[in-house]
Formats: sequence, structure tokens, C-alpha cells
Amino acid sequence: MSHILLKGVEKIYPNGYKAIHGIDMEIEEGEFIVLVGPSGCGKSTLLRMVAGLEDITNGEVHIAGRKVNDLEPSQRDIAMVFQNYALYPHMTNYKNMAYGLKNLGTPKDEIDKRVKEVAKLLELEDLLDRRPKELSGGQRQRVAMGRAIVRKPTAFLFDEPLSNLDAKLRVQMRLVIKNLQARLGTTTLYVTHDQVEAMTMADRLIVLKDGIAEQIGTPMELYDKPETKFVGGFIGSPAMNFIDATLSSDFDEIQFQDTKLPLKTKLNSQSSNIIFGFRPEHVTLVDNSAMSLHVELVEHLGAESIIHAKLGETPITLRLNGHIEAKNGDTLNVDIDADRYHFFEKESGLRL
Amino acid sequence: MIENRPVSTFISHAVLLAGVAIVLFPIWITIVAASHDAARLLQVPLPLGLGDQFYENLKEVIGKGVGNTAPLGLMLFNSLVMALMIAIGKIVVSLLSAYAIVYFDFKFRMLFFWMIFITLMLPVEVRILPTYEVVAKLGMLNTYWGLTLPLIASATATFMFRQTFLSVPDELLEAARIDGAGPMQFFFDILIPVSRTSIAAMFVILFIYGWNQYLWPLLITTDKNMVTIVMSIKTMMEALEELPKWHHIMMTALLAMIPPVLVVIGMQKLFVKGLTETEK
Repeated sequence: MSHILLKGVEKIYPNGYKAIHGIDMEIEEGEFIVLVGPSGCGKSTLLRMVAGLEDITNGEVHIAGRKVNDLEPSQRDIAMVFQNYALYPHMTNYKNMAYGLKNLGTPKDEIDKRVKEVAKLLELEDLLDRRPKELSGGQRQRVAMGRAIVRKPTAFLFDEPLSNLDAKLRVQMRLVIKNLQARLGTTTLYVTHDQVEAMTMADRLIVLKDGIAEQIGTPMELYDKPETKFVGGFIGSPAMNFIDATLSSDFDEIQFQDTKLPLKTKLNSQSSNIIFGFRPEHVTLVDNSAMSLHVELVEHLGAESIIHAKLGETPITLRLNGHIEAKNGDTLNVDIDADRYHFFEKESGLRL
Repeated sequence: MIENRPVSTFISHAVLLAGVAIVLFPIWITIVAASHDAARLLQVPLPLGLGDQFYENLKEVIGKGVGNTAPLGLMLFNSLVMALMIAIGKIVVSLLSAYAIVYFDFKFRMLFFWMIFITLMLPVEVRILPTYEVVAKLGMLNTYWGLTLPLIASATATFMFRQTFLSVPDELLEAARIDGAGPMQFFFDILIPVSRTSIAAMFVILFIYGWNQYLWPLLITTDKNMVTIVMSIKTMMEALEELPKWHHIMMTALLAMIPPVLVVIGMQKLFVKGLTETEK
């Protein structure tokens, strides 16, 4: 049985704005689910609807087999970590972590035991008597997580917990959260706009755009088989290249500008105008090929080189291993891995 | 830009010292006058140095009062009760109304907010006759409640607490809701401690406002045991059958000054923090 169940969940604000369009999802116990999308896509709204901080306009949310639509946040047996930590500034870290348990009427010695346990787990033991103001960002984030863990909830909800941290700390905390979640085995919903965070942490992820779930799947499913052009462009860094192309009348060849690419299998499409996509890392340099690009800029990252080039007027990014000697104005001949072609419908952006 | 020329330093210090002197001189005169006996104060020129009667004068006014007034100790007590009741009463009422206006979504919320706001235009002085009528009919003349109740409902404090609450991040409320805190727990466990500096600042302002009340106590109290110290000074000067006892009046003025000064000095840090702090 699924642990968290979303059934046709919709959010319509009083002014008529529809923030979430009918989302269905089943989440298994212990899964780490990441909601990812550009800002304003409704990912935080969806999370807050699960938390009970936003009303659910239509549809149902079930947590651990209970319909929770009309339950208060505290009755849903969830814990949430906020972007700005939302620690109570006047309480010590100990009291911050104990507050939820105190409100549940947990006996004092039980609270004490659990807070100390969690403090040990998060290496916060020496900081318990201090106040949040006296801590660094990373430490505050750990206290906020401690406050969530102490409650032993059915599910953790994270709302962009790492976006206030600096880059190095973010990578560290990513591992801390992922490890903790694996150890505790608690079902987790995690909101982020950072696709690297999403890819590295998620068991499965939901890509949201304008309140619509574009695709739900494991990181590799999304990478290998993006269902829409948006997902293709959003997942992966640098982003996927897209070229407007024409499909030949017998469906086994595409043409764009001066280039013709034969296809291994026939492509089933209504229209002959399609979008051809390939990832920057799925190309090889060759001496002679059908596709030649004009280099504009090369970024050397040491282990790899990112090449920004143009095919006619279409910008193309390449990501190649090692140090590639090329400069503005050079011409590069490339082959694209024929197993890694992506095709999308021009109008709807759906995968072909 | 910070100028660092000796002339400008000298001028700015001179201006500041002159200001201090202007403020301090009357207070010095009060202290001096309170330390002489009645005879010396009627001679010209007035003394500018301290006399030797300070302690005697103090004992006299505290215990017996001036002329036929109540003893000063009682008047100080009355003033203290009035100021505290006004300050605390205003804070309690305003905290509750600001909490309702900021955190609860009820019908006509803005209407109520504006109704409270409009009372800013109706201080006691404006509504003094009807208010007197109401207090008299409630049988509260010559009581502490009569002295304080009409002054307690306060738009300024409500407005200030509303601003304070609006600056408290929403996530704090959300975190508290997830932590299972009901409206009362959120109010007492989180909102009030988070707003404590604003409350302290408000307390200082309102205590002084309450302490300095003059017109209302003058109307509402006829019993000399209910008289407050600020209004008593005026009555002392109107003693008809004899010369004003300046040394005792000055002593009374001096004593009337002390409690507000203590409150300001004692709560200075919180006061400044409460009015300037923006980060919650």
C-alpha cells in the first residue's frame, strides 16, 4: 500500500488562479521523492498542501492510509523543514527541538532522551543550550532537521532547505540529508529548484511546470527518456540541445539545415515538423561528418570542456572529456550517439 | 561625511552643553528649593545653592502631605497604581486586538481595524463629558477603575503591535502549527516572547503617559485619598488662606519626577531595541 497518496490534487486560489492541476501520485514507504521545477511552478504549494498549510481545493491527500484533507498540520503526523529554518528565536536549540513533543504531552524524560539521541545523530550535542542566533547557517539547518526528526513523523517535508547555504555546505548537507533519510527510512518529500540536488538525492522525482506534473520517474528515467521537451531541457547540465527538424516522408530520416541524419527505427509522427534533441555529452568529435559547428566559446573545466557553438543560428552546447583545443571561429565536426536521439512534437512538446 | 576640525567640535560641544544646561537648570532649582525652609524661599534673591532642610522636607511631605492633602506616600502609591494599570491594561488589550487583526481571518476584519484606528482621533479630552457620564453611572468615581478604564483602550499600541506581528515571519506560525501549537500556545509560547522588546518599549511609553495624566484624574477624583501626585501639585498652589509652601511643592515635584525616570533608565536598553530592531 502506498504511504502517501495524491489523488487528483488541485489548488485554485480565491482569485481563480489555478496553481496545481490535478496531480496523481503514489509514494511508497521510505521513498525519497523530490519535487523539482522552475520558480512559480507550484512545487512549494503542493508540498504545503500535503503539510496542511494550504487548503486542498479538489482531490484527496492520504498519509499512511488516512485521508488528511481536513486535518490540522499537527494531526497529519508530518514534520517540515523550512527554507529559512523557522527556528523559534527566543528558545534554546534544545527547546526548539522539544517544543513539538511538549505539545503532544510527551513525558519530560522521554523528550529529554529523544532530543539527546537526535542531537547526537546530528552532532549538535554541544550546541543544545545555545540559541539559533548564535549558530551558523549549516548548524541552524541541522537544528531544524533535528526538530523534524525528534517527532518520529510518518513523513518529512523539506521546502528548499539548502538554498540559504553556500555552495560547499550545500553539497555536504545534501549527503547528510540523504544518509539520514536512508538510515531512518522515513518517507520524504523534498522541494528544490536545483536539478543537481534533485538528481542526486531522489529515488523518484516529479518535474512540475505551471502546476502540471510533466513527468514522474527515477532520475535515470528522466535523463534517458524525458517525456516532454521541458523535462529534457530541465534535467541535465548543461541543458539538452534542441533543433527544429523535418521528418522525411518515409519516417526514417530527419533533416535540419544542411544536415541529414538517418534513423535506426522509423519514427511515428503525425507531423513532419518535429524537434530533435540531444544531450551535450552524447557527441564525439570526428574528422568528417554531416554536422559541422562553429565554435563561439570554450570553457575549460579541467576534466572536461564545455563548448558553446552554433549550427546556423541554433546555439549548441557540447560537453567533451579532456582538454579540447578550439577557439572562436573554428569549425568542429561532430557525430551524435544514434541511440541517444530524442524527438518531441513541435506543438505539444511531447516525446515521440 | 565626518568633519574633524577643532572649531566645529568646539561649537557642537558648546551647543550640546547649552542644551543640557537649559534642561537641567529648572531641575536644579527644584532640588535647591526643596532643600530650604519656607522663610528662605520668600527672600530675594532666590538661593542657587543647596540648603540643609532637604531631609526634613522629605519626611514632612511623605508622612503628612502638603497643607490639607493626603500624605505624599499615598499619592505616589495612587499614581503608581494608575500608571501601572493603564500601561499593563493597554498592553494586554492591544496585544489581544492586534493578534486578532493580524492572525485571524474573520468577517469585517478591516472594518474593525479601522474602527480601532479612528479612535486615535478621540482622546479622552475630546470625549470627556460622555466618558465622565459613563464612569459616573457605573459608580466608578473615586476608584482606581474609574481612573484607568477610560484610558485603557488604545489605538496606538494596537497599531504598533500590529506592525510588530506583521514583521514576524509566517514560517514561525507554520512551524508552530506543525509542532501542534494551538492559537493560545502560539500566542504565549512564541508570539509574546518574540515581541518582548516591543512590549517593553510600549510599557515605557505608556507608563509615562499614565503617570502624567492630569485632566482625567482631576475630574474623576474628589476624595483626597484617591488624588494622584501630578494633579496634587496644582491643588497645593491654590491653598487660599496661606502662602504657597514652595519648599514642599518643589519636593513633591521632585518626587513626581522620580518614578518615570527610573522606568526609563531601567528599561533603556529594551526600549531602544524595541523601537529600532527589525530582525525577528
